[in-house]
Amino acid sequence: MTDFTANGPLPVTASPVRRDIGIKRRYAAERRFRLYGILAIGFGLLFLALLIWSVVSKGYTAFQQTEISIPVEFSEKVIDPQNKRATDPNVLMMANYPVLARDALAKELGVDLSDRVALKELNTMISNSVRVQLRDIVLRDPSVIGKTVTVRVLAEGNVDSAFKGQIDLSVPEKDRKINDRQLGWIHQLAEKGDLVKAFNTGIFVNGASSRPEAAGVGVALIGSFYMMLIVLVLALPIGVAASIYLEEFAPKNRLTDLIEVNINNLAAVPSIVYGLLGLAVFINFAGLPRSASVVGGLVLTLMTLPTIIIATRAALKAVPPSIRAAALGLGASKMQTIFHHVLPLAMPGILTGTIIGLAHALGETAPLLLIGMVAFVADYPGTPLQPATALPVQIYMWANEAERAFVERTSGAIIILLLFLLAMNIGAVILRRRFERRW
Amino acid sequence: MSGSVLLLCLLVIGVVAYWLGRMRANALAGAKLSSMHSRSSYHGGYTFVWSVLPALLLLAVWVSVSPTIVETTVARSFPQEVLTAAQSAQNLEFGIIRSIARGLTLLSSSDAATLVNGTGDVRALLSAKGVPLAGDPKPYMMTAALELNRLTAISQWLMTVAVIALSLGGLFFSLKAIAPKLRARNRVERVILGSLIAASSVAILTTIGIIASMLGEASHFFSMVPAHEFFFGTVWDPRFAAAGAGNSEGQFGLIPLLLGTLYIGLVAMLVAVPVGLFSAIYMAEYASPRLRAFAKPMLEVLAGIPTIVYGFFAMITVGPFLRDISAQINGIATGNFQNFIQAQSVLTAGFVMGIMLIPYVSSLSDDIITAVPRALRDGSLGLGATRSETVKKVILPAALPGIVGALLMTASRAVGETMIVVLAAGVAARIQINPFEPMTTVTVKIVNQLTGDLEFTSPQTLVAFALGITLFALTLCLNIYALYIVRKYREQYE
Amino acid sequence: MNMLSETAVEKVLERKMTNAALKMSGKDVCVFYGEKQALYNVNLDIRENTVTALIGPSGCGKSTFLRTLNRMNDTIDNCRVTGRISLDQDDIYDPSIDVVELRARVGMVFQKPNPFPKSIYENVAYGPRIHGLARNKAEFDEIVESSLQRAGLWNEVKDRLNEPGTGLSGGQQQRLCIARAVAVSPEVILMDEPCSALDPIATARVEELIHELRANFTIVIVTHSMQQAARVSQRTAMFHMGLLVEENDTDKMFTNPDDQRTQDYIMGRFG
Repeated sequence: MTDFTANGPLPVTASPVRRDIGIKRRYAAERRFRLYGILAIGFGLLFLALLIWSVVSKGYTAFQQTEISIPVEFSEKVIDPQNKRATDPNVLMMANYPVLARDALAKELGVDLSDRVALKELNTMISNSVRVQLRDIVLRDPSVIGKTVTVRVLAEGNVDSAFKGQIDLSVPEKDRKINDRQLGWIHQLAEKGDLVKAFNTGIFVNGASSRPEAAGVGVALIGSFYMMLIVLVLALPIGVAASIYLEEFAPKNRLTDLIEVNINNLAAVPSIVYGLLGLAVFINFAGLPRSASVVGGLVLTLMTLPTIIIATRAALKAVPPSIRAAALGLGASKMQTIFHHVLPLAMPGILTGTIIGLAHALGETAPLLLIGMVAFVADYPGTPLQPATALPVQIYMWANEAERAFVERTSGAIIILLLFLLAMNIGAVILRRRFERRW
Repeated sequence: MSGSVLLLCLLVIGVVAYWLGRMRANALAGAKLSSMHSRSSYHGGYTFVWSVLPALLLLAVWVSVSPTIVETTVARSFPQEVLTAAQSAQNLEFGIIRSIARGLTLLSSSDAATLVNGTGDVRALLSAKGVPLAGDPKPYMMTAALELNRLTAISQWLMTVAVIALSLGGLFFSLKAIAPKLRARNRVERVILGSLIAASSVAILTTIGIIASMLGEASHFFSMVPAHEFFFGTVWDPRFAAAGAGNSEGQFGLIPLLLGTLYIGLVAMLVAVPVGLFSAIYMAEYASPRLRAFAKPMLEVLAGIPTIVYGFFAMITVGPFLRDISAQINGIATGNFQNFIQAQSVLTAGFVMGIMLIPYVSSLSDDIITAVPRALRDGSLGLGATRSETVKKVILPAALPGIVGALLMTASRAVGETMIVVLAAGVAARIQINPFEPMTTVTVKIVNQLTGDLEFTSPQTLVAFALGITLFALTLCLNIYALYIVRKYREQYE
Repeated sequence: MNMLSETAVEKVLERKMTNAALKMSGKDVCVFYGEKQALYNVNLDIRENTVTALIGPSGCGKSTFLRTLNRMNDTIDNCRVTGRISLDQDDIYDPSIDVVELRARVGMVFQKPNPFPKSIYENVAYGPRIHGLARNKAEFDEIVESSLQRAGLWNEVKDRLNEPGTGLSGGQQQRLCIARAVAVSPEVILMDEPCSALDPIATARVEELIHELRANFTIVIVTHSMQQAARVSQRTAMFHMGLLVEENDTDKMFTNPDDQRTQDYIMGRFG
């Protein structure tokens, strides 16, 4: 038999006549389709950028606050005209402190103390919080009465806005919150170095206030902290226990099927419904106090539970059966197998899910509105049973305030909230990266 | 001893019990550990469970039942006119008695004595201690309050004794039961299994709680306002709740709220579905690994941003922008610079909600598109189809049921979304079709009706629960149907 | 018996065909997956109206080579092909060559039957539809019928063309996929272990079909089974560890191979 391939090169076939399969048109469609995809992703990213830019550009100034340093004369004439402070402790509490600050400012600016209009305008340049600030100085050390001390007081919100250049000066003077004379004073003070922008610690530590310049998220942070603590302490163990049962022990029957559907559904129930549940069960039925962070914590726990259960079950499922078989084969009981081997291996996944659930709970607003967390709380709550508010609820309340300075505060509070969420999510990502195991 | 101190005591006894149980088991085993059925720590666990669990149950029952028993006992001694009064009036009176009783424990003994003999001003003294009274105290109340305190004290004392006794009893019983043959591990594990089951029942209880509480409150509402007026009413005008009186004036028509909810949801879906779907397709079929690694998490950031932030964004940025741009457009077109888009409008709320929903649509559809087997993709490409033809003619039709499920889930989010609409949709309950005008939603009205003073007897408050159950039912149907479809879909390709 | 006489006829046919013209050829083909090289300088000719079988142990690169022939490797990230592969006279990796057009000329049938979740009719009509090969319903009907007939499936499915293709048995599904490929009227059909998921009876049916298709198409088939290669092909190429070990007429290959490794593989000494 001869080898045919040895007979030299074979003839090569010729290309057949090209068929028209509409290449041009089809590639145009292809390009259009791709373009839609790119546009869609671009649209999403654009609005993400816009949203962040909108918040940051409006809010970064909230971390600075305009303060005025003025030498305040703690005049006895104003504080205690009848010299009764030794007998009546209320005198020092009730004294007219804002006048002290106003007069000091007037002196600093060389304004005539008999010019009532000017004095009134000066008065509106200093924050109302000056009353408490000066009172505290006097109460701490009553001997200060009669002396002159330089005090840094908060400028009023509109002065703050004007100094940060947020007030549109092209608006006619009478429609403006701050008039030309006040602007002049601001410049005068700023040139002397008495009016400066300083880092705003108040926004982190102060409680609620009707004055934007004195309002802060301190109470809200504590309230949110309590709630997160409650969610963590309750939802994590309950969620993990429930997942272990459902994933490892529960027989596959209609009841467990129902629980499964039920959990998936609970994860998708609108959050506001949990608020109604909390209102009806925890407040109306169980008689827990309204506005308390314990109720908020319980409601958020119920809300977060499905998320944690779903994440935990996925983590448990990802542990290969061979690990279980190995432990069982050595004579470990099922319980020992799970608690000694499966659970530790699933832990990174569980914690990641928990952090994400917590982050979600931290940003949740609607259910908290219903259980009365929309409250004007100026004092720190000592226990979770005392009235408090939460960070997102504080944002909601400020968002409803009309004043320009509150827009800045709101954005500032949002930045704080987003930073917390960012930190939590980065934590989750690091956790996942470091401990993730691929089987 | 109060409940919390008692709890601490139980814990201490439990720790001691664990230690004793272990010791005893070790002593019994001697040098031959294998003679015991279970390891000594399980025996410790066994004694722990016996000494803590029954006592804990008793404590829980006692704490929840004893106040009722004490209060009914006290109530028996009330004067006749109080006993025959209406239930709500009785509750009010009892509230005052409870406050007095609580106040008495806070007062110094001399102050308390002046109250008891009737010389002191009850209201003033108590409010100084931070216990405000809802009404003027009547003479019989002081005796009742004293009786209440006395009985409560007795109950507490009995409870302490009983709980500690039970705990110690359990401890001794279980210690005696420890023997080499005792299957301590199995018993302890059974208790653990029981607690695991209890934990998973929380999910069921939550659902039951949601349904029961809302049905309960909503049925109060429907006893005041006929159900057909609520479900088919076209006017929403609840008036304000008049304090105390359960007046049912005002109209509670669901229709305008429901229409607003659906309309805003529709606008949101019109934004979210094309953008989300095309993003998902691009990510799954075209994007280079690098673009995917960047853009996918970035889009998911949109899902992590709290809705209150979207609400603020809508209110401060998008709303005013749409209003101003509409004024400009109107001015260029007609010369009249009057805005035709309101700052708060269906469009504003729907658009921003749509942006919020993009990542839901895209990540759900991404999962579903990538679940389509590679073989189908190859089959189509191998025949000479372009990528987009493959996507349009093979992948999307194959993934359609799953995608429909994903969209239904997204729609249920849109219906239940609260903060964006609260801040950006407006509060006017109207029936109209102009997307540039404000409309309101079910969720907005739930928030409106439940912020501020609550009166659980007035329809103005209770209507929120009727709205809530409507919302719950609506989203439940959407979710369950969606879950069903998606599950079916997954089974098909598994 | 009957089988024997058939193979005798076949051998006569073969001798005529081995002088057929070159349809495709690979010159120095190397394929890389990222850093890993999967094929080393493969030179292989595919002759017109011939069945060429690619055999070799798992992971030897035979499927990889098959997929280079219609650039299905393009769909795999970080896959790189060097060397020259020509169809007729044209280099198919030349930038001027359009991959869609190429795949319309070089069709493919996969290892696992992968009918689209559509009706039988739509499965077959899919190719003609995307390529615009028919203008109206009648033309589509004709293409669908003739393709199904060529795939030997027509009599089994002609009464249920509107039922989903996924409802057919495994063997029928694979013949449906062949019909789907045939409907585009390609010049070459690549088959990647088309019978590995089928039972023996269905396998015999598909092998018969390959036989009949040879009259109109050039066929390249990857197979695991030596017997199958011997039964269906006229030319056989043996791959081992990314190298083309031997290329020869099938009957020569199976009776008197040139290479020791081929001999060992065919005798079942490794694989």
